[in-house]
Amino acid sequence: MVKEKKKSEAGKNKKLQLAFYWAASCGGCEIAVLDIDEKILDVVAIADILFWPVAMDFKYKDVEAMKDKHIDVCFFNGSIRTSEQEHMAKLLRKKSKVLVAFGSCAVAGGIPGLANIANREEVFKVSYLDNPSTDNPKKVVPKTSVKVKEGTLTLPEFHDTVKSLDQTVDVDYYLPGCPPTPDQIMTAVGAIAENKLPPKGSVIGPLKSVCDECRFEKSEKKITKIKRIYELDKIEDKCLLEQGVICLGPATRGGCDARCLDANMPCTGCGGPTPNSLDQGAKMMSALASILGLEGEEKMSDEDVQKLIDQVVDPVGTFYKYGLPTALINRKVMKK
Amino acid sequence: MAKEFEPNIIGFLCNWCSYAGADLAGTSRIKYPPNIKSIRVMCSGRVDTVFVLEALKKGADGVLIAGCHPGDCHYQSGNYKTNRRIKLLKKFLGEMGVEPARVRFEYISASEGQKFAQVVTEFVNELKKLGPSPIKVEV
Repeated sequence: MVKEKKKSEAGKNKKLQLAFYWAASCGGCEIAVLDIDEKILDVVAIADILFWPVAMDFKYKDVEAMKDKHIDVCFFNGSIRTSEQEHMAKLLRKKSKVLVAFGSCAVAGGIPGLANIANREEVFKVSYLDNPSTDNPKKVVPKTSVKVKEGTLTLPEFHDTVKSLDQTVDVDYYLPGCPPTPDQIMTAVGAIAENKLPPKGSVIGPLKSVCDECRFEKSEKKITKIKRIYELDKIEDKCLLEQGVICLGPATRGGCDARCLDANMPCTGCGGPTPNSLDQGAKMMSALASILGLEGEEKMSDEDVQKLIDQVVDPVGTFYKYGLPTALINRKVMKK
Repeated sequence: MAKEFEPNIIGFLCNWCSYAGADLAGTSRIKYPPNIKSIRVMCSGRVDTVFVLEALKKGADGVLIAGCHPGDCHYQSGNYKTNRRIKLLKKFLGEMGVEPARVRFEYISASEGQKFAQVVTEFVNELKKLGPSPIKVEV
C-alpha cells in the first residue's frame, strides 16, 4: 500500500501501466503485438505490463484486486461470446482509464461473429453432435455446471449471439485489422506515450480506403464473371475487381498498406467500414452489383441478371467476414 | 377484436419516372393503401443497399424501390444497377433469415399511375401475410 502511494507520487516519471486481454479470438492479435519485433523493448522501457495472460502468469484475482482506473491503457482483443469474456470486459473497463478495442473481433465482432447466422443450439449441434468426425453417443454438450464426485465443475455460459466489445462496454479507441499491423500498433502506442490521443471514440487509422494504398492500376471496372483467385491464369498488374475477383478494398478502411494486395490476395475487409459508412457489407454489395454485368446490361433478361448475381455464393461470408455483429442486420432471424 | 396489422412501407421513387407515376396516381384520384411513405430520389440507381437495410432496421416492414423501365433511365443505366443490387441484397436477406419479399423492385413509368397503385396494394397485402418485420430488435 505504501509502495503504491510512492509510485503515484513519482508523478510524471511513472511508467505507463498496460494490460492485454483476449476474448473470443484466434490469438493472432497477441502475436501481432510481438510482431513489432525489437520495438517491444521500447514499449517495455516506457510501460509496465500489469496483465497479459497469453504471455505471462497472471490471475483474474490480480485484476480484481486493483483499484479502479489503475490500468492506464488496456488493449482488448476478441469478441464477446461467453459469460467469462463479458465479465472480463466489464472488469477491465472498470480497472482501466483507456480501453482500446484491438483487432477486428473486438472492434466489429470479427470472424467469430459469423456465428450470428446460428445460435447456441445450432453451434453445439454442429460442434458436438452432428459432426462426422465426432463420436458422442451420450450426446454431451457443454453445460455451465456439472456435479462430479469431487464437487461441482463449472464452465462459462455460451451466449446465443456474438457481440463486439463496444456492444458490451464503453470503448475509448478502436484499432481494426485482422490483426492490426505493427505500424498501426506503434502509432497507437506512440500516441498513448506522448499523450496525443485523438478524441474518444476514434478509429486509429487513416480516413481513406484500402484502394488508396493499393499498388494495382485502376481503370473503369466492368466484369461478367466472378472468379476465385486460383481461377485466374495469370494475375495481371491491375485492380483485382477488374480481373473478376471480389476485393473489398473500396469499402474497407486502409491503414494496412494494402498488404494482402501486395501478396496478390484480394482484400477481405478486416479494416472495417470506411469513415461515415454505416454498413461495410452493404456498401460492397452496391459497388459489386454496379460493375457486375455492366457490359450489355440493356440486353440482359431478368434470368440472366439473376444468374450473374447467383455467382456470389455466400453474401454474408463474403461481405461481412469481419463485421456481422456490428452490421445493420447483425444476426440471423431464427425460426421459433 | 385485435387491430389488423398495418405494414409500414418506405418507398424510394425515382424522380423521372416512378415519383411522377405516384403523382399521377394521386392526381387521377386512384385509391391505394396509405401504408407507403415515399422518398423521392433522383434515380433508383442512387438507392444504396445501405438505405434499404437502414429502413428495415429502423422499423420498415417492407421497402419498395421503383425506377424507370429498362431503356428509359434518365441517367441511362441507374435502373439496371439497382435491379442487380436488389437481387444481391435479397440473397443476403435470405441468408439472414429475413423474407426477401420484404424488398421489392419495380419498373414504374411516369404514365403508370395505375401500376403504382396496384404495386402498392399488392405489396401491402403481401406484407400483411408476412406480418411485422422480425429485424427491428436491437442486440
